[in-house]
Amino acid sequence: MGFADADLAAIWLTLRLAGVTTALLLLTGTPIAWWLARTRSGWKGPVGAVVALPIVLPPTVIGFYLLLAMGPHGPVGQLTQSLGLGTLPFTFWGLVVASVFYSMPFVVQPIQNAIEALGERPLEVAATLRASPWDCFWSVVLPQARPGFLTAGILGFAHTVGEFGVVLMIGGNIPGVTRVVSVQIYDHVEALEYAEAHWLAAAMVIFSFLVLLALYTLNPTGRRK
Amino acid sequence: MSHIHARFKLDWPGFSLDVDLDLPARGVTALFGHSGSGKTTLLRCIAGLERAPGGYVAIDGEVWQDADRFLPTHQRPLGYVFQEASLFQHLSARGNLEYGRKRAKGVMGRAALDHVIELLGIGALLERRPDQLSGGERQRVAIARALAVKPRLLLMDEPLAALDLARKQEILPYLERLHDELEIPILYVSHSPDEVARLADHIVVMQAGRSVASGPLVETLARLDLPIRLGEDAGVVLDAVVEERDTQWQLARAAFASNADASVWVRDGGHAIGHRVRVRILARDVSLALTRHSGTSIQNILPGVVAELADDTHPALALVRINVGGAALVARLTRRSAHDLGLTPGSIIYAQIKAVALIG
Amino acid sequence: MQPTRLFVPLFALLCAFSVRAAEVSVAVAANFTAPMKAIAAEFAKDTGHQAKLAFGATGKFYAQIKNGAPFQMLLSADDETPAKLIQEGMAVADSRYTYAIGTLVLWSAQPGYVDAKGEVLKKGRFNKIALANSKLAPYGKAAVEVLSGMGLINAVAPKFVQGENISQTFQFASTGNAELGFVALSQVMKNGKIASGSAWIVPSKLHSPIRQDAVILAAGKGNAAAEALMKYLQGDKARAIVKSYGYDI
Repeated sequence: MGFADADLAAIWLTLRLAGVTTALLLLTGTPIAWWLARTRSGWKGPVGAVVALPIVLPPTVIGFYLLLAMGPHGPVGQLTQSLGLGTLPFTFWGLVVASVFYSMPFVVQPIQNAIEALGERPLEVAATLRASPWDCFWSVVLPQARPGFLTAGILGFAHTVGEFGVVLMIGGNIPGVTRVVSVQIYDHVEALEYAEAHWLAAAMVIFSFLVLLALYTLNPTGRRK
Repeated sequence: MSHIHARFKLDWPGFSLDVDLDLPARGVTALFGHSGSGKTTLLRCIAGLERAPGGYVAIDGEVWQDADRFLPTHQRPLGYVFQEASLFQHLSARGNLEYGRKRAKGVMGRAALDHVIELLGIGALLERRPDQLSGGERQRVAIARALAVKPRLLLMDEPLAALDLARKQEILPYLERLHDELEIPILYVSHSPDEVARLADHIVVMQAGRSVASGPLVETLARLDLPIRLGEDAGVVLDAVVEERDTQWQLARAAFASNADASVWVRDGGHAIGHRVRVRILARDVSLALTRHSGTSIQNILPGVVAELADDTHPALALVRINVGGAALVARLTRRSAHDLGLTPGSIIYAQIKAVALIG
Repeated sequence: MQPTRLFVPLFALLCAFSVRAAEVSVAVAANFTAPMKAIAAEFAKDTGHQAKLAFGATGKFYAQIKNGAPFQMLLSADDETPAKLIQEGMAVADSRYTYAIGTLVLWSAQPGYVDAKGEVLKKGRFNKIALANSKLAPYGKAAVEVLSGMGLINAVAPKFVQGENISQTFQFASTGNAELGFVALSQVMKNGKIASGSAWIVPSKLHSPIRQDAVILAAGKGNAAAEALMKYLQGDKARAIVKSYGYDI
């Protein structure tokens, strides 16, 4: 007994989704985290709250609104249609967009904390040593806040892998496109295929444990040698 | 002659800065004042770390900031030493030095870099990580790092303030060597009269965001009308030349004016004859007499003329400026002594100097 | 009016003495939520028994029942789950009853999009068609049978988006994310009419019947209220309610 082809397809899809999502999350979350860590603007509170919303909202709420927003009559849907991209629900990229939104706080917050902990001084020092802000980001912020970025990447990846409710709402359960591991497990359970469900579910448990283990090993107490 | 011109006006809640300074772009200029007087803010404005709209900075006519432009910090050819060393934790000492060196326009040559390393005595520390260095060592690396960008102006913000006395004593000689050996003008923020006396050529006294006195150190310290009271630290600094060495008693005679009387005996610091040294004479260590006493332990008794009298911090005390062979000394007496001796400007007196510090 | 008012408390009193009013805890398939609420209200009024309802997915109820959930009765969304429970000794063998037969409908949120014969399927000018998970949900299985019977399954399958259950399928279609959806008539019918959009009521001969079976569970064996409710479901009043919600019986 082991993984059926459909299970392997779901695993591969899930890893691909989590990988693409994590890359996009780091790309978009870093500037947001940077801004949140350093701004003195009055918008800091509202923006931070919006970013954190997915932590408290049930996935069904997010999925429902994404379904409406990305649908043919929703604002996002109108935009993607006018760009000739069609609509996003039931597509891989629809899941990516939803996952990016859904996992954003798990990426933004560790990076924001790391940048805040870094403080202003290293940036000022770099500036007096001829480093432009861009240069400084790569040569000082990134290496010094590396544990924060690692945490963000791992959490973003793991959270996307574990995502279920939102995928269910906008995925449409299309094999190889939107049928990810969590949905596959759900289907197995619903179809009373408990043995198959066990294989995948156990794999998820082990994966999640390893991820958290990696996290705690990498950042024991934030102290580094 | 080259100049540093800096003009800033800032109005923050609870703090304002309003300065217009024209400073010599050579030697060490101390920005001196109590904490909160605005000296660090001024330094940060000059560096561009603080944005002061409407400010103006130019070095040798090269404008860094005026009404129309604002050169960001990383484009200003300066070096900056912060109060805490602030070394990059992820780089070794050498990595820290190289960080700025390779980004600077006109990269500092290997020989020049080696000279800086030697000057600050950090050759043996280069492969260490910042957390393997002592506080003093870290600060020396930070100073070398600032120099390795070949700055046209070195800004130092109380580089010794975070260190204990022993570490201060460890670094001060290196700073004096910088002063003696480098051509780079230095703006040095400090609230320590001792550091200023040892290092500065020029002083700007800051109070409540304003410059209240500015001028060459020797002249400015001899002024009795300094708006900022130095208390126990009141005194003068004199630039002198070693003229004679008494090898039997390990003493040297330092002359601070052409007049033969204008010299003091100090502990022999091992300097050759003709070497330039700096001595500091605190007002509390100078007493005055109408005649030259004999039978006293005091070695340095110099004839002079009273130039000016002024009140000191305590109502019982007075400060007296004395002209000795063209140089100024300041003595602190009780007002009763001054009265009993009948001191007025023009009185001829003998200054009895109990202690002289050779400070470089 | 007057005599009834007097009669009701009296009747209740009598009941309390003759048949003790009891309670039954019922797991109800989500698609049957609205009719079951109406039936339970009538049931309480007519018999004095209380039916405590829990709504959800049949597969989940099955897992819960197998793991000791204290439900006494199951109104399943299919006929397989009750059969399986009986076979496993988790339900009372002879209690099985088909309380409703679902009616499949091809529906679109756009008025006029679906014609009266379902020709829209053959033209194939749509991007997505929503149906319930054909592996899990009877409505999904029926939809696949319909498409297979029409010879369209291969052409249409790439356009499938599958809801986990019939409610989610309806959601996909009602938000317009899928132009078409195979949904339950009970979802789009109001007061005996298609409430909005356009629909083709799929003839029942095109697919095997979507039987929804009820069964008394082991925990409900001998429970008077459970037996009463099972009987009540078979009565005219309950059957009328079921039909009014778009089910067959």
